[in-house]
Amino acid sequence: MSRMSYSKALGTAIAEEMRRDENVLCIGLDLAYYGGAFGVTRGLAEEFGTDRIMNMPISEAGYTGLAVGAAATGLRPVVELQFGDWVTIASDQLVNQAANMRYMFGGTLSIPMVMRLPCGGGGSAGAQHSHMFESWFSFVAGLKVAAPSTPADAKGLLKTAIRDNNPVIFFEHRQCYQLQGEVPDDPEYLIPFGKADIKREGKDITIVTYSYMVHMALEAAKILEKDGISAEIIDLRTIKPLDTDTIINSVKKTNRVLCLQETWLTCSVASEVAAIISEQAFDYLDAPVKRFGSPDCPVPFAPVLENYVLPNTDKIVRAVKEMF
Amino acid sequence: MDLKLRIKMFRDMYTIRVFEEKVRVLAMQNKLPGFFHLYVGEEAIAVGVCSALNKDDYITSTHRGHGHLIAKGGDINKAMAELYGKATGYNKGKGGSMHIAAPELGILGTNGIVGGGIPIATGAALSAKYKKDGRVAVAFFGDGASNQGTFHEAINIGAAFNLPVIYVCENNLYGVSTRQTTVRKVEDIAVRAQAYGIPGVIVDGTDPDEVYKVAKEAVDRARRGEGPTLIECKTYKHHTHFVGDTDSYMNKEELEAWKKKDPIAVYPKRLIEEGIIDEDGINQIKKEVEEAIEKAIEFSENSPDPRPESALEDVYAD
Ligand SMILES: Cc1ncc(C[n+]2csc(CCOP(=O)(O)OP(=O)(O)O)c2C)c(N)n1
Ligand SMILES: [Mg+2]
Repeated sequence: MSRMSYSKALGTAIAEEMRRDENVLCIGLDLAYYGGAFGVTRGLAEEFGTDRIMNMPISEAGYTGLAVGAAATGLRPVVELQFGDWVTIASDQLVNQAANMRYMFGGTLSIPMVMRLPCGGGGSAGAQHSHMFESWFSFVAGLKVAAPSTPADAKGLLKTAIRDNNPVIFFEHRQCYQLQGEVPDDPEYLIPFGKADIKREGKDITIVTYSYMVHMALEAAKILEKDGISAEIIDLRTIKPLDTDTIINSVKKTNRVLCLQETWLTCSVASEVAAIISEQAFDYLDAPVKRFGSPDCPVPFAPVLENYVLPNTDKIVRAVKEMF
Repeated sequence: MDLKLRIKMFRDMYTIRVFEEKVRVLAMQNKLPGFFHLYVGEEAIAVGVCSALNKDDYITSTHRGHGHLIAKGGDINKAMAELYGKATGYNKGKGGSMHIAAPELGILGTNGIVGGGIPIATGAALSAKYKKDGRVAVAFFGDGASNQGTFHEAINIGAAFNLPVIYVCENNLYGVSTRQTTVRKVEDIAVRAQAYGIPGVIVDGTDPDEVYKVAKEAVDRARRGEGPTLIECKTYKHHTHFVGDTDSYMNKEELEAWKKKDPIAVYPKRLIEEGIIDEDGINQIKKEVEEAIEKAIEFSENSPDPRPESALEDVYAD
């Protein structure tokens, strides 16, 4: 075990995979020397050279498509966008091309690539640098979606993503990059996709969440404990594939569930989880399933407005208490 | 060229300079939320171009947009208050530095998406042509942005339909830490105009007189219905990519060389040499500008925060 930041854990995962497999390479803006937007690739160009840590022009559609073509022909590109918000620019290559290619072409090729998207609100970054589009990509058949919350999960999931033979959209929360944690040193430390992690055991309510909201939920659980409510926190880790079993088993135990996410609830991950619970565990519920996230407005700039919109520990505590 | 206009160009450039240097200090002191990309060193471009525009002409801007806003006539109180995230800001604190618009001045937004404004300016030009209202639109963008699909797609459309739009590339040689010639094969951006059948012009982006001249010509062309021009302004920014960024990628010698061309130092000397204004006149302008910026800071600090619930307003038009 080594103690390191989420950002360092991601960099370590990339470095280990690059050492293991010469076909892994990184593509993105300012990756070499500058280390990318959040320092994840810092130091990698020194070890692997700029043929494998490639600085791109500001052409998101172009270099995402570059990765799709490289992946179709034997490489394993790891693409970083400086902020996930502009995955919109890259989306044709991901949604119409990467996600469809294997299927349309009858399984004759595959697209083993990872799209790393720093995302999420906080810090008054404004509406074009704060959004998370994990719900969009989870909707698309042919893509996989991961969203780690801790340094260890970040490492284990990114390594799995790089070895996966499918396009993986990998959401890294901006507020997580500096979080510290124990990370296994084992270069074979892989976290399988579709395995949620119970970050805290509890018996009165299940909070199903992922990414940065896991930490908010854990804080909320401490406060709720004092008021006699024992909350179980499920970290989905991958949204697609989704670990339905862990969710359903937990709900059968606690009989209450809050589906929590940072972003808009309409057609969201939280909505999907709520629907699955209604289908598979309806008879076990002592209260209606509840969803909590942001209201349907873009993330505003001013701190008072941003705080009003984004979920936080207090709001989660309140939402849970309303269910008892 | 009109003497008053040249004096105003100095005043506007100096306003941008002082505004930006204040923003830098305030941001380092954590008095301003968010992050900031400063226009210091590039003032002559926004001012030269906007001096060739009418109040109702359109512009689209960038992440490095305070200069465009001020040059197009933006109110510094409202601009500063927006950076503070106050209710009195241009956009009620919803936008911040990278998302300020003032439609009444034709300012269709600074923009957090590199290349995002180029098609929007082209669309404003379509609107002007459609309504035959005689307006033109200017898209400001960086050298990095000229590698976005939006640049190529929009310019082709603007050219194909002879739209009254001027594409102004601010070539400061870098996009964040990346020397742009390492991710592009051509040295000049202006040559790309050829591919779309429009004129491409290169100009010294530290000289407001020169920038004004080429902008005026392009604006006149656009108003005559002869279509777009691509203007590449060679320039350099004095600070890091954003306030607080490492300066490890900056080329110190190159920066010093460009600082010798700093428009804020060079231009007033030229005006004095040409007998257009004297030293006292320049100092008077500087004093007025500095006072106005202090007032803008005071105004912003004394302004109320937005009501929290106002976060939910303005999502949809009625
Ligand atoms: C679509 C998109 N990609 C990347 C970024 C991150 N980013 C912000 S500014 C910038 C550099 C822009 O370079 P340039 O267009 O030359 O403008 P400059 O900063 O030099 O004025 C980058 C990469 C962004 N904001 N939007
Ligand atoms: Mg640039």
